[in-house]
Amino acid sequence: MEADLLRFATAGSVDDGKSTLIGRLLFDSKSLFSDQLESVERVSRERGDEYTDLSLLTDGLRAEREQGITIDVAYRYFATPRRKFIIADTPGHTQYTRNMVTGASTADVALVLVDARKGMTEQSRRHAFIATLLGVPHMVVCVNKMDLVDWSEEIFENIRREFTEFAARLRLRDLTFIPLSALSGDNVVTRSTNMPWFDGAPLLSHLERLHVASDRNLVDVRFPVQYVVRPQSHENRDFRGYAGTVASGILKPGDRIRALPAGLETEIATIETADGPVSEAYPPMAVTITLKDEIDISRGDMLCRPNNVPAVMQDIDAQVCWMDESAPLTAGKTYAIKHTTRWARAVVKQIDYRIDINTLHRVEGVEGLALNEIGRIRLRSTKPLFVDPYLSNRQTGAFILVDESTNRTVAAGMIVRESGS
Amino acid sequence: MKSHVMSQLAALEAESIHIFREVAAEMERPCLLFSGGKDSIVMLHVARKAFAPAPIPFPVMHVDTGLNFAEVIAYRDRWAAQLGLRLVVASVQDAIERGVVKEEPNGSRNRIQTPVLLEAAAREKFDALFGGGRRDEEKARAKERVFSFRDEFGQWDPKNQRPEIWSLYNGRVFPGESIRVFPLSNWTELDIWSYIAEEEIEIPSLYLASEREVVERDGMLYAVNEFVALKSGETSQKMSVRYRTMGDANLTAAVESVADTVAKVVEEIAAVRITERGATRGDDKVSEAAMEDRKKEGYF
Repeated sequence: MEADLLRFATAGSVDDGKSTLIGRLLFDSKSLFSDQLESVERVSRERGDEYTDLSLLTDGLRAEREQGITIDVAYRYFATPRRKFIIADTPGHTQYTRNMVTGASTADVALVLVDARKGMTEQSRRHAFIATLLGVPHMVVCVNKMDLVDWSEEIFENIRREFTEFAARLRLRDLTFIPLSALSGDNVVTRSTNMPWFDGAPLLSHLERLHVASDRNLVDVRFPVQYVVRPQSHENRDFRGYAGTVASGILKPGDRIRALPAGLETEIATIETADGPVSEAYPPMAVTITLKDEIDISRGDMLCRPNNVPAVMQDIDAQVCWMDESAPLTAGKTYAIKHTTRWARAVVKQIDYRIDINTLHRVEGVEGLALNEIGRIRLRSTKPLFVDPYLSNRQTGAFILVDESTNRTVAAGMIVRESGS
Repeated sequence: MKSHVMSQLAALEAESIHIFREVAAEMERPCLLFSGGKDSIVMLHVARKAFAPAPIPFPVMHVDTGLNFAEVIAYRDRWAAQLGLRLVVASVQDAIERGVVKEEPNGSRNRIQTPVLLEAAAREKFDALFGGGRRDEEKARAKERVFSFRDEFGQWDPKNQRPEIWSLYNGRVFPGESIRVFPLSNWTELDIWSYIAEEEIEIPSLYLASEREVVERDGMLYAVNEFVALKSGETSQKMSVRYRTMGDANLTAAVESVADTVAKVVEEIAAVRITERGATRGDDKVSEAAMEDRKKEGYF
């Protein structure tokens, strides 16, 4: 079988041993290059560190190295014969919720690190909450530094129990606990001989075998039209194709489809790729669809099945994470909104509440949302959007807000449901 | 039952196609940076797939330092012609003669490419430039967005990047500003080679091992050619080498190799223990933050 792709997000601080864990995964899978390691060893030595600081592998920017902080999400890559892995490595401090949201948005798996000596902290709760909010289908709690607690099964079990109780308040579909030591490599790539009481797989085997195929929504056909392909050449004069990436569902030639917002129906004639037509298209394939009948369709429209359509709505309830430091989200203000391939403008009608991400309590009566704050809002858009709840569709349930005066991306939004439904 | 799981190369290709279409749909005047190097070759190949059966709807540009391998320039011209694309050549030699930039004492034209690139982009009013940069190449690149915002001076501000969530890219700019777009962000060097093998893409033969006359300098092997002459005291020798990257001919080193087919290159890359830039690029060794500094000035 050909290798597939798995994206995972890690969050945590240097103290949790997160960088050591990533370094260990890269090193043991032979994805760390000798000149990268030498460069990190040299900088560590020059700074007078007592050990090689593996965070320097990811903290590449000048300000990061000078201040010993991580500014941004870093992407790292490694591969085994079974899978290629993309790590979105995000810093763990309170103020970096923005980065965690970014890293988690495309992740199949969230890795949450817990220091066995400290047990669950506010930070681990926050990571778990954000991963759940962003709909990450799998979570692995790595109980690290087991070497420092005498490989104690009791300590591991206590953390597992506490975390499981907390997780019951979240909507987690798949939660796994692995006791490990990133420093010594126990249960990272190879099975630990120090913890015979643990009958689960080491972290890398778990990540290699994790079943992610069923995470994709293959039921609800959603095809946001991204680009209309109309060659002006003689040989392809009559070709008119709708290019896009399948958001969800499986499309086949001959399927009846409805085009939104017009509502007109026709049949899929062919599904084209540069390598020839295909018999079906599923997420996240990028294809070009031709239709039996010529109907007026443009970028931002959506193809779906006549008996399974998204809500066509202008009033939207959503959880948003505010990402801009220059100004807070404010009720009454209008932003540009991008949802699938569709741009519109949207006014914030109301802020229902802010979520305290440490306690998960709702704080009502707030005036706005500041940088890194998460809350529930109501929007009204200038034109209809074709939406599904984020929980059932990570593609058609997501949007960003852009401040039109700065063009900056200021919020990530997850649609809760259509307003008033 | 079909698994409905894409192979990782197919998934990377689909992601890159999505990025190309997004830019073509939203930006006014995109352009693809095409040098004839392996990353830009793959980028052009994927771009063709994104718009087929229509032609690629934007021109290609090359910042020609005047120090390029002749074979690579010939490859560049042939491919642009074959795909019917307009090729914009921004010449560093010409800019030196016009007094726009000054030759650096070390003979590297890497840094002085930037003003030449920015001048040509402004003249052509390009608001989006596709580059073949990959995040696995270098630490500064590991933190750069797929849509990388540049101000009116082409500068990158690493501390002030737009958040990039899901695949909802924001290419909005004001007049004079632009974005650099990296469709191959998530590809690794091994992915590039595996893809070249799988898609049977033609590449310049310099990428394949062959007996070449080389001289060793600072532990690196440089092919003796019109840009690299033997200094007094140096001796050259015949060795089987290939190139891992295609920079300027005077500063790009070759690596010892017997991989004379793409399949063998894939095998070698899978086993290699040093990064491609570390192995072959004299210009990146200037400092720990050489790439970051150049990017802030408007480099790719």
